[in-house]
Amino acid sequence: MGFALVMLIATLFFGMLASFSYLNPEFYNQYIPFYQLRPMHVSAALFWIIGGATSCLLFFKKEVSEEGAKRTIAERLFINLWMITVVVIFLFYSFKKFGGREYWEFPPFLCLPLLISWLALMVAWFKAWLKAKDYPLYVWMWTAGICFFLFTFLEQNLYQIPWFRQSFLKEVIVQWKSNGSMVGSWNQIIYGCSLFLMVTLTGEDSIARTKTAYYFFFLSITNMMFNWGHHIYNVPSASWLRDVAYGISMTEWLFFIKMLQSFKEKMDERRKFKHLITYKFLIAAEVWVFFNLTLALLMSIPAINRYTHGTHVTVAHAMGTTIGINTMILMAAMSYILRVDELEIRDKRWVHWGYYISQASLVVFWVSLIIAGFLKGTRQFNFPHITYQELMVPVNYWLRVLSFSGAFLLLGFLLMLKTYFKALRKA
Amino acid sequence: MGIKPLVFILLFTAYSGYSIFTYTFGTKAPSHAPHADALATKGKLLFQQKNCIACHQIYGLGGYLGPDLTYEMSQPTKGRTYAIAILTAGLNKMPNYHLKQDETDALIAYLTYIDNTARFFNNN
Ligand code: HEC
Ligand code: HEM
Repeated sequence: MGFALVMLIATLFFGMLASFSYLNPEFYNQYIPFYQLRPMHVSAALFWIIGGATSCLLFFKKEVSEEGAKRTIAERLFINLWMITVVVIFLFYSFKKFGGREYWEFPPFLCLPLLISWLALMVAWFKAWLKAKDYPLYVWMWTAGICFFLFTFLEQNLYQIPWFRQSFLKEVIVQWKSNGSMVGSWNQIIYGCSLFLMVTLTGEDSIARTKTAYYFFFLSITNMMFNWGHHIYNVPSASWLRDVAYGISMTEWLFFIKMLQSFKEKMDERRKFKHLITYKFLIAAEVWVFFNLTLALLMSIPAINRYTHGTHVTVAHAMGTTIGINTMILMAAMSYILRVDELEIRDKRWVHWGYYISQASLVVFWVSLIIAGFLKGTRQFNFPHITYQELMVPVNYWLRVLSFSGAFLLLGFLLMLKTYFKALRKA
Repeated sequence: MGIKPLVFILLFTAYSGYSIFTYTFGTKAPSHAPHADALATKGKLLFQQKNCIACHQIYGLGGYLGPDLTYEMSQPTKGRTYAIAILTAGLNKMPNYHLKQDETDALIAYLTYIDNTARFFNNN
């Protein structure tokens, strides 16, 4: 878990540097150019989220199964191999050795140790699964997430087979399709953690057992499997691929309506638990789900997607969800595991301050990305013949706002993490 | 547990089936579609090793510091000469990679291949 938290700091730090190099590339190109910072930032983010999710999972596993507290061999294999590979990946980046794929920008042979490590995690999980006391919804979500990560990870590497590489169309689709679905797989693990926490905090076991809950679970995995198509609206593939994706992504309106309906209940519940740090993060994540779902629904409409695709609106979608939802839930889960709520008031005050600073700056951060993206998208349509520099003039202003609010985001997280690390040392 | 494992298995099967369908019929290319020659293939490898994707998008996939390059070569105001000039010398935010002549040629061949494929499929 400590390693995952270090990755979070690395993410924020490289993100910060990356955004500075956006604004001042001439300077950074001499030392550590953007094409090096971006993979460092994005990979650190991925490893923070996946590493954070799995370390929470390994902890919760003990609470839902009859297993002892001791780490099994498979668990240790997973943790150590994973950490070593991540470190090696960063070494490769620092020597400018890239694989040149989006998001997983390291040389592809490093996928092999990651794969072995994941298989070890699966062994550990299914061993505990057999000994589980019971199978409430979150156990299902964790299982689905773990299995599906394996599928999409393998799928993502299909391009290494020449048959896929020969067709440029296939190669592009492999990347969009597998990455689009893979996000869903860790979301299953993370939402599972969030549900587990909700059940534990409120003591209402029933939330993880109702028919509606399962219905939405199956709807969400259907979305995870078939919804990637909105990423490829402008890839010249068969048109039914787009129609299926569009149809499926519209079912997400159901999630949206459901959220609105349960809003009042949530408000009542909030009054009861709002003193708890763990609960605070869960509520923050809930609010960000709402914002991001609204954005995602709009982006999935082809007429709007034409303008937003390939602009910073996509980045707003990516960072809005990874920070607002995934990171907040992980912060909640880790605060529970590390018993942050039981620390002294003095330590908790840092978390409260950090919490409010990071939420406020994230709003500015997110909105500035959306505005930057819309400006770029519409300007590309309206002025197709101007140079890229001219195109970006008004956009750069908003990227400056982004960079500025990003600095506060970093500050907010550092304040919170100060206390988390203290708790980690105690644990 | 009841019916849940069944739904689970059903969904995973549907997913696998759909994936196979996607990679065959969904992305089928007629035999007269553009193919990458040796030079373009070399360009693609270079494009990956130099991590151009960190700043450029192809079909919207990639980083967002620089412009999308899918239709770069057929843009009336830019195109080949412009691209060669930028690759050779860099320009403000675009780094100068100090590429050799044959590397520039390969990258241009790759970009041309992408452009041709994109327009070919759009016209069909
Ligand atoms: C640090 C980010 C960055 C990296 C890495 C990068 N580029 Fe660029 N590139 C840019 C920017 C920004 C522009 C726009 C130039 C301008 O107008 O200021 C550009 C422009 C271009 C253009 C002209 C496109 C146009 O419409 O203006 C081509 C072609 C190009 N780059 C190819 C490449 C190739 C090939 C690579 C990899 C070897 C690469 N770039 C790597 C940032 C980058
Ligand atoms: C927990 C914190 C963060 C997470 C999880 C995160 C995650 C991500 C992800 C997933 C991407 C890829 C986006 C895409 O390609 O669509 C990205 C890109 C980026 N992030 Fe972050 N980020 C975080 C914090 C920050 C901060 C604090 C900054 C600094 C201002 C920052 C600046 C950037 C920049 C400049 C990019 C590149 C966008 C591009 O492709 O042009 N990030 N981040």
